Amino acid sequence: MTETTLYDKLWDAHLVRQSDDGTALIYIDRQLLHEVTSPQAFAGLRENGRRPHRRDTNLAVADHNVPTTNRSAGIADPVSRLQVETLDSNCAEFGITEFAMSDPRQGIVHVVGPEQGITQPGMTIVCGDSHTATHGALGALAFGIGTSEVEHVLATQCLVARKMKNLRVNINGRLPDGVVSKDMILAVIGMIGTSGGTGYALEFAGSAVRDASMEGRLTLCNMAIEAGARVGLIGVDGVTIEYMRGRAYSPQGPEFDQASQAWLELQSDPGAVFDLEYDLDASDLRPQVTWGTSPEMVISIDDVIPDPANAPDKVRSQDWSRALEYMDLIPGAPISSVVLDKVFIGACTNGRIEDLRAAAAVVKGRVVADTVKQALVVPGSGLVKRQAEAEGLDQVFTEAGFEWREPGCSMCLAMNDDCLEPGERCAATSNRNFEGRQGYRGRTHLVSPAMAAAAAIAGHFADPAKL
Amino acid sequence: MEKFIRYSSTIVPLDRSNIDTDAIIPKQFLKSVEKSGFGDNLFDTWRYLDQGEPGQDCTGRPLNDDFVLNHDSYRDGRILMSRENFGCGSSREHAVWALRDFGIRTVLATSFADIFFNNCFKNGVLPVVLPGADIDRLFASDQDEGPVEMEVDLARQSLTTGDGRVYRFEIDEFKKNCLLDGLDDIALTLQYAGDIHDYEQRRARQVPWLFHDLD
Ligand code: SF4
Repeated sequence: MTETTLYDKLWDAHLVRQSDDGTALIYIDRQLLHEVTSPQAFAGLRENGRRPHRRDTNLAVADHNVPTTNRSAGIADPVSRLQVETLDSNCAEFGITEFAMSDPRQGIVHVVGPEQGITQPGMTIVCGDSHTATHGALGALAFGIGTSEVEHVLATQCLVARKMKNLRVNINGRLPDGVVSKDMILAVIGMIGTSGGTGYALEFAGSAVRDASMEGRLTLCNMAIEAGARVGLIGVDGVTIEYMRGRAYSPQGPEFDQASQAWLELQSDPGAVFDLEYDLDASDLRPQVTWGTSPEMVISIDDVIPDPANAPDKVRSQDWSRALEYMDLIPGAPISSVVLDKVFIGACTNGRIEDLRAAAAVVKGRVVADTVKQALVVPGSGLVKRQAEAEGLDQVFTEAGFEWREPGCSMCLAMNDDCLEPGERCAATSNRNFEGRQGYRGRTHLVSPAMAAAAAIAGHFADPAKL
Repeated sequence: MEKFIRYSSTIVPLDRSNIDTDAIIPKQFLKSVEKSGFGDNLFDTWRYLDQGEPGQDCTGRPLNDDFVLNHDSYRDGRILMSRENFGCGSSREHAVWALRDFGIRTVLATSFADIFFNNCFKNGVLPVVLPGADIDRLFASDQDEGPVEMEVDLARQSLTTGDGRVYRFEIDEFKKNCLLDGLDDIALTLQYAGDIHDYEQRRARQVPWLFHDLD
């Protein structure tokens, strides 16, 4: 038997039909839906008189537009409200399970799926959202799709696809103190670039990945898309099995044991050949901070802002200059001297309980700098929020001057009221630093939760281990 | 979906790499529950000097004269040209809807992000990958000699500039036919309902836990 990769195994298990032209029909086990990318898909079904092929395998949750304060007052912005209400009515009409805004299980779709056991190893999972790559941390083949494909999956439970190539990033060694999964993935993106993984399924392997918790692994896979890879993957091991045990929608009893046996097969064979491989040494990684308007524009906390004159080529030099102008930064200045207006801790990258614990550990007994206008903590889901409150983390944050909010995407993309004002600079634990991402003309620096917490306290970027 | 027919147009040169879908259509316009009406807000932050709001009439908004789509020679361009990793970031199909609504039916770049690339074919937009040297030459020719006219012929997989230079491109046969015929791919997939049914029967026996009801 030939040695195959995890991606190959998942692909083969979901192949419904292979065409001569190289395209294939693959079966989708689970679809996650949110309010932004689904309305036109439901409208398409309705126009064509189609019904969902398997309505009972879809889960919908509103996350992008929801307010993070005073939920009981509803959504003030009429356009946002209409979008969320449209999701509610579509789910009612088509019989799809929804965690509505008032449901304690509501949250960011990529936090909710794993947390509920709705994401399971060995599944194919899609969502009209590029960060669906997140779910690959559990050994599932998960990827983002556009709205037309959302409709296609609703109607047929399948997608027409072409097999991707295999890419593996091996991260070995022990992470130094204060350096976490977010720093690993930012370093990977810095190394391979934002299109380094285009056309590939990206598997993360190596001892540093094995040593990571499931939360940390979810952070790694979340940003596979920022490295260009639609799919992030991590092989199943004991950490995965323990994570799945007892979740609301996990298999139960003897079926759990049966499933676990099958899940443990979900690993790349030792001799499997990858089309492309990279290695990264975790032991000399430093906390990372992005300085530009693309996630690959990243340096470590000890570095200075790069000079476009030193860019590898002319096109990049132009891109760097434009980014520096947008970000209002000067080449040669230490990144640690950059002063922040706002801090955002949350998003599907870092809105899980471990992230909040890491941030709270830095914050405890300290206060947010006077110069920081707003520091937000937005839990990734209602259950994360409840857990954090049970541990007293909300107290730690609010006593330090942070605001403690209701779950949702919030200032990751600022579709609700949480946003940067023009010119404001933010340390954010989210995944995208694109122009205007967190608000019109806003400036975003991507960091880990510990670094975001340290930046809130210091008022500028600082190594959390040295605060 | 509208069929893709051979056409000629000016190339709009957008000399940047990593143009993300947030830039193509900013998030506030994603609140729409419609599938069209995004053209006025294509590249909204770069095109206008003020902050755009959904549902707003864009005719009186102050334009950014430095942005290429606001130049007389390019504003009617129906071919967009960029650099590496075009359409990266968010999966929002609204980005393709905005390009299509504006009238752009072809995008030339050295590479595209996977999800954006896929979304194009669902909406009659042709993404063409050209080698860096070709893109360099086209940008240079635009800069030195002025706007470049190009004919896009999908059936022949060729691009021909006004001066007679021909660029060939590769495209997946299935995707090409879908564009040329304006096919509804859901209907195509439904032809294989039998295969899907057989697959489900087999899988439900092997991995029954994947077939539990989420209710
Ligand atoms: S938190 Fe941000 S990246 Fe994640 S799903 Fe929401 S908007 Fe997208």
